[in-house]
Amino acid sequence: MDIFLGYVKAFAIGGLVCMIAQILINKTKMTSARILVMFLLLGVVLEFVGAFKFIEEFAGAGITIPITGFGSTIVKGAREGAKIGLFESVTYGFRNMAAGLTAAIFFGFFFALIFKSHSKKV
Amino acid sequence: MEDKQYMEYVHTHAQKSSHVTTLIWAFAVGGFICCIGQAFADIFGAVLPNWEKSKIAALVSMIMIFLGSFLTAIGVYDKIGVHAGGGSIVPITGFANSVVSPAMEFNKEGIVLGMMAKMFVVAGPIIVAGTVSSVVTGFIYWIVGLF
Repeated sequence: MDIFLGYVKAFAIGGLVCMIAQILINKTKMTSARILVMFLLLGVVLEFVGAFKFIEEFAGAGITIPITGFGSTIVKGAREGAKIGLFESVTYGFRNMAAGLTAAIFFGFFFALIFKSHSKKV
Repeated sequence: MEDKQYMEYVHTHAQKSSHVTTLIWAFAVGGFICCIGQAFADIFGAVLPNWEKSKIAALVSMIMIFLGSFLTAIGVYDKIGVHAGGGSIVPITGFANSVVSPAMEFNKEGIVLGMMAKMFVVAGPIIVAGTVSSVVTGFIYWIVGLF
Protein backbone atom coordinates (compact mmCIF):
# COMPACT_ATOMS: atom_id res chain seq x y z
CA MET A 1 0.00 0.00 0.00
CA ASP A 2 2.87 2.33 0.83
CA ILE A 3 4.45 1.59 -2.51
CA PHE A 4 1.18 2.27 -4.29
CA LEU A 5 0.84 5.60 -2.48
CA GLY A 6 4.36 6.48 -3.64
CA TYR A 7 3.26 6.05 -7.25
CA VAL A 8 0.16 8.17 -6.69
CA LYS A 9 2.33 10.96 -5.26
CA ALA A 10 4.88 10.66 -8.09
CA PHE A 11 2.03 10.80 -10.62
CA ALA A 12 0.38 13.79 -8.96
CA ILE A 13 3.49 15.96 -8.49
CA GLY A 14 5.07 14.92 -11.80
CA GLY A 15 1.79 15.65 -13.56
CA LEU A 16 1.49 18.98 -11.79
CA VAL A 17 4.99 20.08 -12.86
CA CYS A 18 4.19 19.17 -16.47
CA MET A 19 0.83 20.93 -16.24
CA ILE A 20 2.52 24.17 -15.07
CA ALA A 21 4.81 23.86 -18.10
CA GLN A 22 1.78 23.40 -20.33
CA ILE A 23 0.11 26.50 -18.87
CA LEU A 24 3.28 28.47 -19.68
CA ILE A 25 3.30 27.03 -23.21
CA ASN A 26 -0.36 27.93 -23.77
CA LYS A 27 -0.13 31.42 -22.29
CA THR A 28 3.28 32.59 -23.51
CA LYS A 29 4.01 30.41 -26.56
CA MET A 30 7.37 29.50 -25.04
CA THR A 31 9.50 27.04 -27.01
CA SER A 32 10.62 23.78 -25.47
CA ALA A 33 14.21 25.03 -25.01
CA ARG A 34 13.02 27.92 -22.84
CA ILE A 35 10.71 25.65 -20.86
CA LEU A 36 13.50 23.16 -20.21
CA VAL A 37 15.98 25.87 -19.15
CA MET A 38 13.35 27.43 -16.86
CA PHE A 39 12.55 24.16 -15.09
CA LEU A 40 16.24 23.25 -14.84
CA LEU A 41 16.85 26.59 -13.09
CA LEU A 42 13.79 25.98 -10.91
CA GLY A 43 15.40 22.72 -9.78
CA VAL A 44 18.69 24.53 -9.13
CA VAL A 45 16.98 27.19 -7.02
CA LEU A 46 14.84 24.68 -5.09
CA GLU A 47 17.90 22.58 -4.28
CA PHE A 48 19.98 25.63 -3.38
CA VAL A 49 17.43 26.99 -0.90
CA GLY A 50 16.95 23.50 0.54
CA ALA A 51 13.33 22.96 -0.47
CA PHE A 52 14.03 20.24 -3.04
CA LYS A 53 14.76 17.45 -0.58
CA PHE A 54 11.38 17.89 1.11
CA ILE A 55 9.57 17.69 -2.22
CA GLU A 56 11.74 14.69 -3.16
CA GLU A 57 10.91 12.89 0.10
CA PHE A 58 7.22 13.41 -0.65
CA ALA A 59 7.03 12.90 -4.41
CA GLY A 60 10.08 10.76 -5.29
CA ALA A 61 10.35 10.44 -9.06
CA GLY A 62 7.58 13.02 -9.46
CA ILE A 63 10.18 15.78 -9.02
CA THR A 64 13.42 13.97 -9.96
CA ILE A 65 12.31 12.67 -13.38
CA PRO A 66 11.29 16.13 -14.65
CA ILE A 67 14.31 18.24 -15.63
CA THR A 68 14.11 19.88 -12.17
CA GLY A 69 15.84 16.72 -10.89
CA PHE A 70 18.73 17.36 -13.27
CA GLY A 71 19.12 20.86 -11.82
CA SER A 72 19.04 19.47 -8.32
CA THR A 73 21.79 16.88 -8.91
CA ILE A 74 24.03 19.67 -10.28
CA VAL A 75 23.72 21.65 -7.04
CA LYS A 76 24.14 18.48 -4.94
CA GLY A 77 27.44 17.84 -6.74
CA ALA A 78 28.56 21.43 -6.25
CA ARG A 79 27.77 21.20 -2.53
CA GLU A 80 29.75 17.97 -2.14
CA GLY A 81 32.69 19.42 -4.07
CA ALA A 82 32.75 22.59 -1.97
CA LYS A 83 33.51 20.45 1.10
CA ILE A 84 36.78 19.34 -0.57
CA GLY A 85 38.14 22.55 -2.08
CA LEU A 86 37.76 25.39 -4.58
CA PHE A 87 38.66 23.29 -7.63
CA GLU A 88 36.15 20.59 -6.70
CA SER A 89 33.45 23.14 -5.86
CA VAL A 90 33.35 24.45 -9.44
CA THR A 91 33.82 21.08 -11.20
CA TYR A 92 31.77 18.54 -9.23
CA GLY A 93 28.47 20.03 -10.36
CA PHE A 94 29.30 19.23 -13.97
CA ARG A 95 30.48 15.79 -12.87
CA ASN A 96 26.93 15.08 -11.72
CA MET A 97 25.64 16.10 -15.15
CA ALA A 98 27.89 13.47 -16.74
CA ALA A 99 25.49 10.51 -16.57
CA GLY A 100 22.58 12.31 -18.22
CA LEU A 101 24.69 14.11 -20.81
CA THR A 102 26.63 10.98 -21.75
CA ALA A 103 23.43 9.02 -22.27
CA ALA A 104 21.74 11.79 -24.28
CA ILE A 105 24.74 12.50 -26.52
CA PHE A 106 25.69 8.86 -27.07
CA PHE A 107 22.16 7.67 -27.85
CA GLY A 108 21.55 10.81 -29.92
CA PHE A 109 24.58 10.02 -32.07
CA PHE A 110 23.84 6.31 -32.23
CA PHE A 111 20.15 6.57 -33.13
CA ALA A 112 20.72 9.42 -35.61
CA LEU A 113 23.10 7.13 -37.51
CA ILE A 114 20.67 4.21 -37.64
CA PHE A 115 17.21 5.76 -37.95
CA LYS A 116 15.75 8.11 -40.55
CA SER A 117 14.01 11.30 -39.40
CA HIS A 118 10.25 11.06 -38.84
CA SER A 119 9.62 14.61 -37.76
CA LYS A 120 8.57 15.88 -41.21
CA LYS A 121 5.48 13.67 -41.17
CA VAL A 122 3.84 15.32 -38.16
CA MET B 1 -17.00 43.48 -39.01
CA GLU B 2 -19.57 40.94 -37.91
CA ASP B 3 -17.49 38.17 -39.43
CA LYS B 4 -14.47 39.43 -37.58
CA GLN B 5 -16.32 39.48 -34.26
CA TYR B 6 -17.65 36.01 -34.90
CA MET B 7 -14.14 34.75 -35.67
CA GLU B 8 -12.87 36.31 -32.46
CA TYR B 9 -15.69 34.64 -30.53
CA VAL B 10 -14.91 31.26 -32.08
CA HIS B 11 -11.21 31.75 -31.52
CA THR B 12 -11.47 32.55 -27.81
CA HIS B 13 -13.94 29.75 -27.09
CA ALA B 14 -12.12 27.14 -29.11
CA GLN B 15 -8.91 28.07 -27.34
CA LYS B 16 -10.53 27.71 -23.93
CA SER B 17 -11.69 24.13 -24.42
CA SER B 18 -8.43 23.06 -26.05
CA HIS B 19 -6.52 24.82 -23.27
CA VAL B 20 -8.11 22.54 -20.63
CA THR B 21 -7.61 19.45 -22.81
CA THR B 22 -3.90 20.16 -23.20
CA LEU B 23 -3.55 20.56 -19.44
CA ILE B 24 -5.17 17.18 -18.80
CA TRP B 25 -2.94 15.54 -21.41
CA ALA B 26 0.18 17.16 -19.98
CA PHE B 27 -0.77 16.08 -16.46
CA ALA B 28 -1.55 12.48 -17.43
CA VAL B 29 1.45 11.85 -19.66
CA GLY B 30 3.88 13.70 -17.36
CA GLY B 31 2.61 11.81 -14.34
CA PHE B 32 2.80 8.50 -16.19
CA ILE B 33 6.43 9.09 -17.25
CA CYS B 34 7.33 9.93 -13.64
CA CYS B 35 5.70 6.67 -12.51
CA ILE B 36 7.88 4.72 -14.97
CA GLY B 37 10.89 6.48 -13.45
CA GLN B 38 9.66 5.61 -9.96
CA ALA B 39 9.32 1.97 -11.02
CA PHE B 40 12.92 1.85 -12.28
CA ALA B 41 14.12 3.54 -9.07
CA ASP B 42 12.27 0.93 -6.97
CA ILE B 43 13.55 -2.00 -9.06
CA PHE B 44 17.18 -0.84 -9.06
CA GLY B 45 16.94 0.00 -5.37
CA ALA B 46 15.93 -3.62 -4.69
CA VAL B 47 18.34 -5.27 -7.15
CA LEU B 48 21.39 -3.12 -6.30
CA PRO B 49 21.13 -2.62 -2.53
CA ASN B 50 24.77 -1.55 -2.06
CA TRP B 51 24.61 1.29 -4.60
CA GLU B 52 24.33 4.83 -3.26
CA LYS B 53 21.02 6.60 -3.75
CA SER B 54 22.56 9.26 -6.01
CA LYS B 55 24.12 6.59 -8.24
CA ILE B 56 20.77 4.81 -8.58
CA ALA B 57 19.15 8.15 -9.48
CA ALA B 58 21.79 8.72 -12.18
CA LEU B 59 21.24 5.22 -13.55
CA VAL B 60 17.47 5.76 -13.66
CA SER B 61 17.88 9.01 -15.58
CA MET B 62 20.19 7.22 -18.04
CA ILE B 63 17.57 4.50 -18.60
CA MET B 64 14.85 7.12 -19.03
CA ILE B 65 17.04 9.00 -21.51
CA PHE B 66 17.58 5.75 -23.40
CA LEU B 67 13.82 5.17 -23.57
CA GLY B 68 13.18 8.75 -24.65
CA SER B 69 15.87 8.50 -27.33
CA PHE B 70 14.59 5.17 -28.62
CA LEU B 71 10.96 6.30 -28.76
CA THR B 72 12.11 9.44 -30.59
CA ALA B 73 14.16 7.36 -33.03
CA ILE B 74 11.21 5.13 -33.97
CA GLY B 75 8.96 8.20 -34.26
CA VAL B 76 6.65 7.42 -31.33
CA TYR B 77 7.74 10.19 -28.97
CA ASP B 78 6.85 13.02 -31.33
CA LYS B 79 3.38 11.51 -31.79
CA ILE B 80 2.92 11.45 -28.01
CA GLY B 81 4.23 15.02 -27.90
CA VAL B 82 1.53 16.31 -30.27
CA HIS B 83 -1.05 15.72 -27.53
CA ALA B 84 1.06 15.75 -24.38
CA GLY B 85 2.95 19.04 -24.93
CA GLY B 86 4.54 19.93 -21.60
CA GLY B 87 3.95 16.38 -20.38
CA SER B 88 6.49 15.10 -22.89
CA ILE B 89 8.87 18.09 -22.78
CA VAL B 90 9.62 18.55 -19.07
CA PRO B 91 10.49 14.96 -18.03
CA ILE B 92 14.10 13.89 -18.68
CA THR B 93 12.81 11.86 -21.66
CA GLY B 94 11.93 15.22 -23.24
CA PHE B 95 15.55 16.31 -22.83
CA ALA B 96 16.57 13.13 -24.68
CA ASN B 97 14.00 13.94 -27.35
CA SER B 98 15.42 17.46 -27.71
CA VAL B 99 18.86 15.92 -28.45
CA VAL B 100 17.88 13.01 -30.68
CA SER B 101 15.24 14.79 -32.74
CA PRO B 102 17.52 17.50 -34.24
CA ALA B 103 20.37 14.98 -34.52
CA MET B 104 18.21 12.80 -36.78
CA GLU B 105 16.74 15.76 -38.60
CA PHE B 106 20.10 17.31 -39.52
CA ASN B 107 21.91 14.03 -40.19
CA LYS B 108 21.36 14.62 -43.91
CA GLU B 109 23.48 17.80 -43.73
CA GLY B 110 26.52 15.74 -42.80
CA ILE B 111 27.78 13.95 -39.74
CA VAL B 112 30.03 16.65 -38.28
CA LEU B 113 28.36 19.97 -39.16
CA GLY B 114 24.87 18.50 -39.44
CA MET B 115 24.22 15.87 -36.81
CA MET B 116 26.96 16.51 -34.23
CA ALA B 117 26.59 20.29 -34.28
CA LYS B 118 22.80 20.64 -34.52
CA MET B 119 22.29 18.01 -31.81
CA PHE B 120 22.70 20.87 -29.32
CA VAL B 121 20.17 23.31 -30.81
CA VAL B 122 17.85 22.77 -27.84
CA ALA B 123 20.16 20.93 -25.43
CA GLY B 124 22.91 23.58 -25.68
CA PRO B 125 21.07 26.20 -23.59
CA ILE B 126 20.34 23.52 -20.97
CA ILE B 127 24.01 22.51 -20.75
CA VAL B 128 25.10 26.15 -20.53
CA ALA B 129 22.50 26.98 -17.86
CA GLY B 130 23.44 23.86 -15.90
CA THR B 131 27.18 24.49 -16.11
CA VAL B 132 26.92 28.16 -15.14
CA SER B 133 24.66 27.38 -12.19
CA SER B 134 26.98 24.56 -11.08
CA VAL B 135 29.96 26.95 -10.96
CA VAL B 136 28.01 29.76 -9.30
CA THR B 137 26.42 27.58 -6.61
CA GLY B 138 29.67 25.65 -6.05
CA PHE B 139 31.57 28.90 -5.58
CA ILE B 140 28.96 30.22 -3.14
CA TYR B 141 29.10 26.97 -1.15
CA TRP B 142 32.90 27.21 -1.08
CA ILE B 143 32.86 30.85 0.14
CA VAL B 144 30.25 30.02 2.79
CA GLY B 145 32.32 26.99 3.84
CA LEU B 146 35.31 29.23 4.57
CA PHE B 147 33.56 30.90 7.51
